Amino acid sequence: MEHIIKVGMADLIAVRPPAVLTTLGLGSCVGIALFDSRTNIIGLAHAMLPDSKLIKNNANKAKFVDTSIVELITKMVELGANRASLTAKVAGGAQMFSFDQSSDLMRIGLRNAQAVREKLSELRIPIIAEDTGGSFGRTIELYSLTGELLIKTIGHGMKKI
Amino acid sequence: MGFELDKVNFIQIDVLKEVGNIGSGNAATALSKMINKRIDMGVPEVKVLEFKDVNEMLGSAETNVVGVMLSVFGDISGFIIFILEEVDAKRLLQILMGQIGEECDDFCEIQISALKELGNILTGSYLSALSTLTSLNIVASVPQIAIDMVGAIISVPAIELGKTGESVLYIETEFNDGEDKVTGDFLLIPDVDSYDILLRALGVLD
Repeated sequence: MEHIIKVGMADLIAVRPPAVLTTLGLGSCVGIALFDSRTNIIGLAHAMLPDSKLIKNNANKAKFVDTSIVELITKMVELGANRASLTAKVAGGAQMFSFDQSSDLMRIGLRNAQAVREKLSELRIPIIAEDTGGSFGRTIELYSLTGELLIKTIGHGMKKI
Repeated sequence: MGFELDKVNFIQIDVLKEVGNIGSGNAATALSKMINKRIDMGVPEVKVLEFKDVNEMLGSAETNVVGVMLSVFGDISGFIIFILEEVDAKRLLQILMGQIGEECDDFCEIQISALKELGNILTGSYLSALSTLTSLNIVASVPQIAIDMVGAIISVPAIELGKTGESVLYIETEFNDGEDKVTGDFLLIPDVDSYDILLRALGVLD
């Protein structure tokens, strides 16, 4: 039986196979899925804001894209993952409401996705698949046995990346 | 002494519940007049949640809902959201507008527009009652609508509050039309500084 573990908002979890990690109703937040192809250790972070350096109250590492990725890697390596064989998949970063396009709050989805790309590139972790943007929510499931990321939506289909 | 989320006491919770009561009571009256039916209201709930539990605050994060959200500003700031499950939204539309839009797959343009306006009127009544009660100047933005997973919709105000805090306080009131056909929720989510202002205006914080 697969063991499905839920990752909440501003939360991150790293696990060994054969676990499955899921995060439900991802909106403008971004889901960062890391997979180690050698050990099948996986990690999933559900980050809310792009940059911890722009916020004073930044103790919760899982809340920010930059610090959550670093923390997630640390946890995966603690479990025995190989830092050099990590690959990433990214989902979320939608714009749920149309509001004023120029407002900071409304572009947060785009900024979150962009921050993930920047941080992963800085850490030299390749993004092998991405499903970000749009104006719809996503539920994602990350499978440790295959590294696949299943993305479910309402009205925008279901896919595996 | 300022108001701190982890030290919220019973009196303050009760006062915030009363805020929900008065706000949604006014909104329920408005809805009742619009659809010419009795509307019953539940006892408001006041909860403080950490972010990791926030997207499941109304049950499953994946439930498909119609959410009309307005930013609140003026003396207090935050968000007010009117949420209906998709099936309830359809029933409500039928009561309001009769049988139209059979040709649309999901919601027709005019139905979306009607739901947005409905959310606007109801949250407007909520806020105006709140403003009268507290003598605070409370203004709302234009309404925005999203039809999607409730967790994804809630993520938008959560992110904004995430810039300043580690948890979210919200006042939730459920209503239904007595025949249990249409159930919906009002969520008032003030930001950290606004609880202080609300509670002070209501005389339960020195």
